[in-house]
Amino acid sequence: MARVLIVAEHDGQSLNPGTAKCVSCARTFETSAIDIAVLAGDGGAVAAQAAALAGVTGVIRVDHPANESALAAVAAPQICELASDYTHVFGPSTTFGKDLMPRVAALLGVGQLSDIMSAEGAWRFKRPFYAGNAILTVEAPQDRPVVATVRTASYQAAESTGKAPIREHAVDAALPAHTRFIETRSDSGGGRPDLQTAACVVSGGRGVGSKENFELIYRLADKLGAAVGASRAAVDSGYAGNELQVGQTGKIIAPQLYVAVGISGAIQHLTGIKDAGVIVAINTDAEAPLFEVADIGLVADLFAAVPELIEALGG
Amino acid sequence: MTAINTILVPLKRVVDANVRVRVKPDGSGMALDGVKMSINPFDEIALEEALRIRERGEAEEIVVATIGAQVCTQQLRGGLAMGADRAILVEVGRELEPLTVARTLLALVQREDSQLVIMGKQAIDGDNNQTGQMLAALWGRPQATFASHLRFNGGVATAMREVDAGLEVIEVDLPAVVTTDLRLNEPRYTKLPDILKAKKKPLETVTLDQLNVEPETQFQVLGIEPPAQRPRGVKVGNVDELVQALRQKELI
Repeated sequence: MARVLIVAEHDGQSLNPGTAKCVSCARTFETSAIDIAVLAGDGGAVAAQAAALAGVTGVIRVDHPANESALAAVAAPQICELASDYTHVFGPSTTFGKDLMPRVAALLGVGQLSDIMSAEGAWRFKRPFYAGNAILTVEAPQDRPVVATVRTASYQAAESTGKAPIREHAVDAALPAHTRFIETRSDSGGGRPDLQTAACVVSGGRGVGSKENFELIYRLADKLGAAVGASRAAVDSGYAGNELQVGQTGKIIAPQLYVAVGISGAIQHLTGIKDAGVIVAINTDAEAPLFEVADIGLVADLFAAVPELIEALGG
Repeated sequence: MTAINTILVPLKRVVDANVRVRVKPDGSGMALDGVKMSINPFDEIALEEALRIRERGEAEEIVVATIGAQVCTQQLRGGLAMGADRAILVEVGRELEPLTVARTLLALVQREDSQLVIMGKQAIDGDNNQTGQMLAALWGRPQATFASHLRFNGGVATAMREVDAGLEVIEVDLPAVVTTDLRLNEPRYTKLPDILKAKKKPLETVTLDQLNVEPETQFQVLGIEPPAQRPRGVKVGNVDELVQALRQKELI
């Protein structure tokens, strides 16, 4: 029977929700183990959070100074060392998982599946390609490990109702020194919800017109308690940071409510929001492709409509 | 003497980013007959970056390579017109899985004694986002994925990476693999004289056999289907109606 190892994504303190979504994916097929590997400098807090996820059978804590920052070249040989006990190795389809899992697969001498959106048994999976314009069903061979990333927008996070045992594992693998972490720079957030897990997201596009005007998007988001996103055009134009980009090559999200302001809706953007509960579009152009997928469309000048909406939500 | 003699830039021929592709009615594949084909946009960014590195005097030569049928020479000629020095076609009659592509690229890296591979983070058809990382693993060398800024100092590259949290800066020793994100640069337009000049640049054809690569197919494709369609929504006339609709759905 399938034994699944999930690579935890975390920042040293908190487990990223993508990990709990990998657990949910593994729980959709028959398994005899769902274990989580926590590679960290000091993984105590993260291992405890991982052990609490419903369905998890064990947590492997791999503490090492080299694991202080997540570097694929450093983590991959350690994951490979653990992988021999498992039939499946999963990671979230985030920049962390996308960076790491192909490296793990190649070191194991196997291919990798990207963006699992559903599992039909332990060896058969669906995944999107062509910017979500098509869904592929593939069968993986059973004679070698399945290394895969899990499309986080397709799964709900497993709940924290469990209490799995935690064991420690010492690193045997030789770790490379050719890759060095320098720093992380992040200038967004401002206490707002995380874009990838928020129940509500307000995104701005080219129509917003400038970085200054993007303030309007932030104001509406704050009124709704929402995270802020952006189209590629808005990020390319410097209105918003790259970490806010929603779409094929940015973040794929599934909020309950998605409000798109001044976004025409290129296919690459639509693929990032297809799983949203309700999509609202506000745009002056009645022909904008976003209206084809929007549940509620408002053809209006955003500079009139958005302040009016903020006012109406007044409270 | 520069730190880098040869930069290898793999180019993939893909459906143009502006084409809305659909699944064939019989589900046997994508309807690609007669659609416009282009260099994968991320690969174009990779080539632009390589050109800038060479223009700064930090590299000697740029080789573009692709794996596919003869028709892919169109994209190689496009790469030569942009400014690459020479091109290699690895002639293959069918689509290869990323692991075999990575093995093929490794064979090219070794054949060309390349110190740097710059390539797209993903191809916009397969959307796998795997090949660069796999190549780096097989090569036993560093990877700087999703790069939005790249600088060299002797044998060390400093890359800024676009990650979920924002931007991350890492340092890697050469040789290395860099995969490109959208904001790394804006590729140049090719001019007509460059297109004519490209016709005279060397383009070599090799086979997988010559590179000692055995293609391997691991995943069996069972079907291709169109995605579920969202039901058609409604248009509201003004902000009040929008607020009403949101209240009705208990979203606010």
